[in-house]
Amino acid sequence: MLSLVEFILVGLVLTNLVLLGTSRIGLCIRMVAFQGVGLAFLPLLGHGDLTWSSLAISAATALLKGWAFPTLLFRSLESAHVRAEVEPYVSYSGSLLFGVAALAVSVWLGGRMPLPGPGVPQLLIPVAFFTILVGLFGIVTRRKAVSQVVAYLVLENGIFAFGAVALRKAQLLVEMGILLDVFVAVFVMGIAIFRINREFDHIDSGRLASLKE
Amino acid sequence: MLGALTILVPALAGAAAFMLREHRARRALLVGAAVAHLLLTLAAFAAPARPMFDGALLLDEPGRLFLLITSVLFLAAAFYSAGYLEREMRGSRPDMIEGRLFSNSPEARFTGCLLLFLAAMSFVCMARNLGLLWVGVEATTLASAPLIYFHRHHRSLEATWKYLLLCSVGIALALFGTYMLALAGGGEISLNLNALMAAGPTLDPVLLKAAFVFLLVGYGTKMGLAPMHTWLPDVYSESPSVMALMSTCLLNVSFLAILRVRQVLAAAGQAQFGNDLLVFLGLTSMAWAAVFLLRQTDYKRLLAYSSVEHMGILAFGAGIGGAGMHGSLMHVLAHGAAKGAMFLLAGNVLAAYMTKNVSEVRGAVRALPFSGPLWVAGVLALTGMPPFGLFVSELAILRAALAGDRPFLAVIFLVLLAMAFIGITTAALRMAQGENTIPARPEPMSATWPPLALLLAALLLGLYQPAPLAAVLAASARLTGGF
Repeated sequence: MLSLVEFILVGLVLTNLVLLGTSRIGLCIRMVAFQGVGLAFLPLLGHGDLTWSSLAISAATALLKGWAFPTLLFRSLESAHVRAEVEPYVSYSGSLLFGVAALAVSVWLGGRMPLPGPGVPQLLIPVAFFTILVGLFGIVTRRKAVSQVVAYLVLENGIFAFGAVALRKAQLLVEMGILLDVFVAVFVMGIAIFRINREFDHIDSGRLASLKE
Repeated sequence: MLGALTILVPALAGAAAFMLREHRARRALLVGAAVAHLLLTLAAFAAPARPMFDGALLLDEPGRLFLLITSVLFLAAAFYSAGYLEREMRGSRPDMIEGRLFSNSPEARFTGCLLLFLAAMSFVCMARNLGLLWVGVEATTLASAPLIYFHRHHRSLEATWKYLLLCSVGIALALFGTYMLALAGGGEISLNLNALMAAGPTLDPVLLKAAFVFLLVGYGTKMGLAPMHTWLPDVYSESPSVMALMSTCLLNVSFLAILRVRQVLAAAGQAQFGNDLLVFLGLTSMAWAAVFLLRQTDYKRLLAYSSVEHMGILAFGAGIGGAGMHGSLMHVLAHGAAKGAMFLLAGNVLAAYMTKNVSEVRGAVRALPFSGPLWVAGVLALTGMPPFGLFVSELAILRAALAGDRPFLAVIFLVLLAMAFIGITTAALRMAQGENTIPARPEPMSATWPPLALLLAALLLGLYQPAPLAAVLAASARLTGGF
């Protein structure tokens, strides 16, 4: 079973690198959806026996992260009629360099963290850290509102992966609440993107800069 | 179960508000739900705390305190908005700053989100499980975002986007911190506050500290502590006054979330670490706000920075601990009432003068026979003049800081308070005095009674505390790390 978890984690690292290096928003949305589907397996594989609650969490995660979010994001992208390019503040090669540095830092940090018990793959904490860092980097350096939401989802995926290690006992109520919140967040952000587009004829959040001291 | 009803009633009323087509009925529903919420809150005060839903929810003393101020402020907001929404029904009209046409978003959405926002805040007051606490705090962000975009112009949209993104990222970090807290317990204990506190000494100290840092940054973003406060002035200046009033509750419940985590830290014997961070962030916020208050030209932003300052005072008091925590909790009540009144009054001034610029408002005392004098009283209350409640609470925090082992902190605290005082009074009193630039005008009842009632509450808190309230304050301070 362990090898499958590790397979998912390596997939997470690779998709993160693709996210940093690609210029197409559509590809970014698909990559985040891939990540989501992969992550949906973690509650099942993490801790031995299958329970109804871990099955429910897994199914809800796959449904939301794999289907609902990409659908919502693609819809707001279409409604915005913009060039489907990321247009970052930092060049793609610069972003990739950041990715390599972030990976190194995450491995170093992860090595210093105590693992909660046997059966948890060594890779999990560094990969979670790496994904969180990539998400934060994306929010700061991406110009378009849609790509910022994509980056927020990457950040959320990283935290979800971390939670899969930290919370070994599945807590149905909490996990479902968190998923619901993230869903509503993406939904509200999608509406906001639609509005930004109507109001400004662009979704370049860098030009949302009239409010300052 | 009374506690659970304070979540259920506004949630159902909120859902109903989305459906209702009749404006009058919806406004009546809003006021009715607010009254019912306050009555339920007061009834819950009398009943002993009982765990609900398997211990996931529990209305303990700190929760009651925060629920009370939320409920009172919401009642004021509901009465005010009944008249406000009536006056706002003007269709498409030119924006007062840039002259471009804009319209309001549907009233049903505004009322519905306001009620859902209240439900989410009641939930946060009761959440016993730190995971559910996170769910509640994030829900408050999402329910309040549409409220900011009530006046559909590009500035409010920009504020909404900033709010959504900054708070969601901040809150995501808090979730990371919550998971880290679970990891500190070896991953086997649940996120229930009781379980975490019982496991206190066995929690991994390094992970616990790291978790607290993430949680403090995350919830601190929502609470408006500098330097994570950048969304706050924009949101306050661009959203309707009712929303600004309600976000005072938002800041308060985020403070409650931080206090909950601090309880775990104290149970693990790491209270000093948390206190030092709280004192540091508190003083940073006060200093940051003081600088911006001194050169502020927009009175809604002035109030926003004053909120940053007061959140700094709350964090500082909590960090000092002991009597400081007691002062801090009292400050939550007094500041909530005073700031709530000021936001409503700022809304009245804005409606009369049609400008947010301090230098363009003159003679408000003469032009607005009710709001003008109340504005002056509100400024005095907000800057901690005796005999208002804020004076008592700030004095308690100051005394606790002086009695502690680092009295120089009290000196810094006092200097920053003085700077904020100068900044607020110069701008706000100048608006009240002088020849009025607009003719004197009558004011609608619904716009003047709620701020008057809130200011009276702030005054009363300084003069007399009813015995049940004093008991809850003392018990809350004990639970959250006072004495």
